Amino acid sequence: MITAAFEYHRPSDLAGALSVLEEHGDDARVIAGGHSLIPMMKLRMAEVPHLIDLQDIAGLKGITIEGGMVTIGAMTTQHELINNEALLSATPIIHEAALQIADPQVRYMGTIGGNVANGDPANDMPGLMQCLNANFTLEGPDGTRSVKAREFYEAAYMTELEDGEILTQITFSAVNAGYAYEKQKRKIGDYATAACGVLITKDGDKVATASIAMTNLSDVPVLSEAAGAALVGTSCDAAAIKAAVAAALEDIDPTEDNRGPVEFKMHVAGIIISRAIARAWSRA
Amino acid sequence: MKDEVTREERVTNLKGLGSSRKRVEDARFTQGKGHYVDDINLPGMLTGDFVRSPYAHARVKSINIDAAMALDGVVAVLTAKDLEPLSLHWMPTLAGDKQMVLADGKVLFQGQEVAFVVAKDRYIAADAVELVEVEYEELPVIVDPFKSLQSDVVLREDLDPNAPGAHGPRKHHNHIFTWEVGDEDGTNAVIDDADVVATEEMYYHRTHPCPLEPCGSVASMDKVNGKLTLYGTFQAPHVVRTVASLLSGIEEHNIRVVSPDIGGGFGNKVGVYPGYVCSIVASIVTGVPVKWVEDRMENLMSTAFARDYWMKGKISATKEGKITGLHCHVTADHGAFDACADPTKFPAGFMSICTGSYDIPIAYLGVDGVYTNKAPGGVSYRCSFRVTEAVYFIERMIEVLAIELNMDAAELRRINFIKKEQFPYDSELGWEYDSGDYHTAWEKALKAVDYEGLRKEQAERVAAFKRGETRTIMGIGLSFFTEIVGAGPVKNCDILGMGMFDSCEIRIHPTGSAIARLGTISQGQGHATTFAQILASEIGIPADSITIEEGDTDTAPYGLGTYGSRSTPVAGAATAMAGRKIRAKAQMIAAYLLEVHDDDVEFDVDRFVIKGAPERFKTMGEIAYAAYNQAIPGLEPGLEAVSYYDPPNMTYPFGAYVCVMDIDVDTGVPKINRFYALDDCGTRINPMVIEGQIHGGLTEALAVALGQEIAYDEMGNCKTATLMDFFLPTAWEVPNFETDFTVTPSPHHPIGAKGVGESPHVGGVPCFSNAVQDAFRPFGNRHTNMPHDHWRIWKTANDLGLHD
Repeated sequence: MITAAFEYHRPSDLAGALSVLEEHGDDARVIAGGHSLIPMMKLRMAEVPHLIDLQDIAGLKGITIEGGMVTIGAMTTQHELINNEALLSATPIIHEAALQIADPQVRYMGTIGGNVANGDPANDMPGLMQCLNANFTLEGPDGTRSVKAREFYEAAYMTELEDGEILTQITFSAVNAGYAYEKQKRKIGDYATAACGVLITKDGDKVATASIAMTNLSDVPVLSEAAGAALVGTSCDAAAIKAAVAAALEDIDPTEDNRGPVEFKMHVAGIIISRAIARAWSRA
Repeated sequence: MKDEVTREERVTNLKGLGSSRKRVEDARFTQGKGHYVDDINLPGMLTGDFVRSPYAHARVKSINIDAAMALDGVVAVLTAKDLEPLSLHWMPTLAGDKQMVLADGKVLFQGQEVAFVVAKDRYIAADAVELVEVEYEELPVIVDPFKSLQSDVVLREDLDPNAPGAHGPRKHHNHIFTWEVGDEDGTNAVIDDADVVATEEMYYHRTHPCPLEPCGSVASMDKVNGKLTLYGTFQAPHVVRTVASLLSGIEEHNIRVVSPDIGGGFGNKVGVYPGYVCSIVASIVTGVPVKWVEDRMENLMSTAFARDYWMKGKISATKEGKITGLHCHVTADHGAFDACADPTKFPAGFMSICTGSYDIPIAYLGVDGVYTNKAPGGVSYRCSFRVTEAVYFIERMIEVLAIELNMDAAELRRINFIKKEQFPYDSELGWEYDSGDYHTAWEKALKAVDYEGLRKEQAERVAAFKRGETRTIMGIGLSFFTEIVGAGPVKNCDILGMGMFDSCEIRIHPTGSAIARLGTISQGQGHATTFAQILASEIGIPADSITIEEGDTDTAPYGLGTYGSRSTPVAGAATAMAGRKIRAKAQMIAAYLLEVHDDDVEFDVDRFVIKGAPERFKTMGEIAYAAYNQAIPGLEPGLEAVSYYDPPNMTYPFGAYVCVMDIDVDTGVPKINRFYALDDCGTRINPMVIEGQIHGGLTEALAVALGQEIAYDEMGNCKTATLMDFFLPTAWEVPNFETDFTVTPSPHHPIGAKGVGESPHVGGVPCFSNAVQDAFRPFGNRHTNMPHDHWRIWKTANDLGLHD
């Protein structure tokens, strides 16, 4: 459990990080909190001759909320997300979800950027970002571009992020909606057996909009548009929730692991989704 | 001299038996000042690291070390060929088998040690491990012990299939031993004729002790003086010295073994591992110290596992619920080598305590040990030898019998408990239970939790569930356990021929403080705290003025070490007996100083007083000083004593536990609402340390019952080699524990103490499991196997139709 030797780079600005990336190509990777990459390096499943630590780049940190838009720097830790009061009132689902990630020690180090950029389907933030319809800002040698979270994930650990690019920030509209992030896990620190983020807005006593996204139930995070559509216009009664759950289950493809077989995961996913919808509706 | 201090204050000041004295170890542990094996750094020290097998069963065709040797900083790469001239490529196990130190022609489990790289630092060693090229030819893998006994595949080609093993004849080339206790024909006859018979098969899954600190050693061979110093994570340092001497040929006086601070053992650190042997050989070869410390994955994959017992039971009773007979057969999966840590004559440990706390007139136990392609071991994880398995077995059989009888399981236990007046009680399978008062403990426990009220609440919940008003069901887990600890009488119990006595040596210093050294070694039990308390009460010197030392074989007296809750029953007894020798001499000194006859003075807390004239006395401090500065006729100077204690019997702690649990049938998530633990460990030395022990044991019980396992796939790949998948509970998962006690002293132990460190684990596992199973009993459940993780609980609900 010791990494192979590597060069450690610690640039103080983004340009410096990008130039190291460009120089070493596939041999270089950026590191944020390190809670995914370092274990892979220690297991020697990831070989990274050049490691670029982003923690000295001041511009990558912080949370700003302006004109209803939330912007979060990629190097903002889960701990900082949890303790940001402005974010709590602007988009409380982030707080609820971040509190269910790993444990406090991991959350002091783990960042939102690392969580979304790594492409690990077990991470909680990718599904949540799809639920929020967030945009990821990617900076590379050819400039800056923006990719929707809903279009970012291709397969496990495969994303739209090109070689030479760094995910620098995340933006989304502050959401004044009923919300819930529901997660079943075996213990503190575990990834989800099944997790689901739900945002519901209300028009009178009917569902106006519904956004439902799931974590660790496919090789990518899954936004179920059909599940959301099944709720819109209903009073979110038992029949509507049942229809939404049925639609959501159509969109996922969990695999067996030590948490249990597919049959179990599908069942639990249905329960978790229905509970998340019910709780989000109760807050709408 | 005027005495300002009352007698009561003098007792309090001693901090002796019964005092909740704070643990003296914690000052260093809580400040990060512990000194563990990996903290030992000697000048010129090299580091060793293993090349391990990725396969569970394969022939090793070739090993090429050239690329590794070419790496700058690599000093040596050892393979079995290098160890063979020293006869160290295999080593004896504690169970009478032998185990490869490094792969000798084949590998038998994933993670097996193949080559040992020695380099200037651990980073270079890890790089060099990657450079050793091993060519394997895969062989058929057997992970199921029942299939193993049918298979043509020979796992252990080194053994003559027709020759008997260490414990008698072998039935098959993958069979290790058959061990039988009791009257099988008689038991079967009783069961065949019985009113009611319950049968059940249960698997007690493989798990692992997983101490926070993994295993490691630092060997330092001083070639000039011919002395070998070996630091390591040893629960039995003296036995390690003897084994090291026998294996290496170095005379025992030239070997010093030191167990420094140990970060938990739980049985994992009783045996001898290839890493220890390789670090010794590497130090002998290189002439400089060599350190080996494994990582977490290595610890979980290759060091001694626990449990893995397939148990089949039959229990019979009258219609009224009086048990008439018990039959138990175990198929024991020992992995690739039989490396169980049991006393020599007990290949299945004390599994024959499986009649439990009940007066069962006839019983039989048969155990068949089997080889498979899994890691070796079979240690007693926080329990005396195989006692968790035995207690789980009987406590499940009681529950199943209660179902068969349609009787309340608490009442069934009450009917069958051994009665107070039956002690000392001779069990049908050969144990003499020293003391107990089970009915009193049981009634106290049931009353404390309002058992009747709980059953009423449960019935209401079942009704509500059936009406569709809730999706949560309620389980009430009961367990009553009898432990068998303190191995043991030397006539019955030995480890590699060493009788299982233990020892204490005391020196009283002239100014009235003391040092005591023992043959045991704390791994977190708090010996430095509690053994000082035993002595304080025995010799009248405050516990705060007594240093306890263990773990250095050059200074401590020989002992068999700490496991199986034996420290208090055996070394604690030795401590009391040595203290009494001190006191006997002190009495003579006091009598001399007071100018009276020896028989005219008596011990009183911290002094000797003249009988009938307590105002005339000599304190232990005064007596100690006199021992060194006065010529006392007929007495040698000094005040020292040694005791080697061979216990006349084991001790039998017991307890009554109740767990109240809610289960979400849709997700399989359990929630423990209450856990009540009543323990009777005889005389209580330090109530706070006892409570800490109980919290720790229950936490590990929760782990094992609710998710902790070592699991393999069909290819023999270990699926649970990290703490992501191997369940180690945190404060979040652990409920509040309510502790309680009764006190039934051991009649044969000098202070009546019985040992407690493992009781909560032994009693806790069936209690948590019974809670899960009891929740499903109203819906038709008889038995489901542990670990009760979310999906298995969910599956039980699903199988019972609760999701329809």
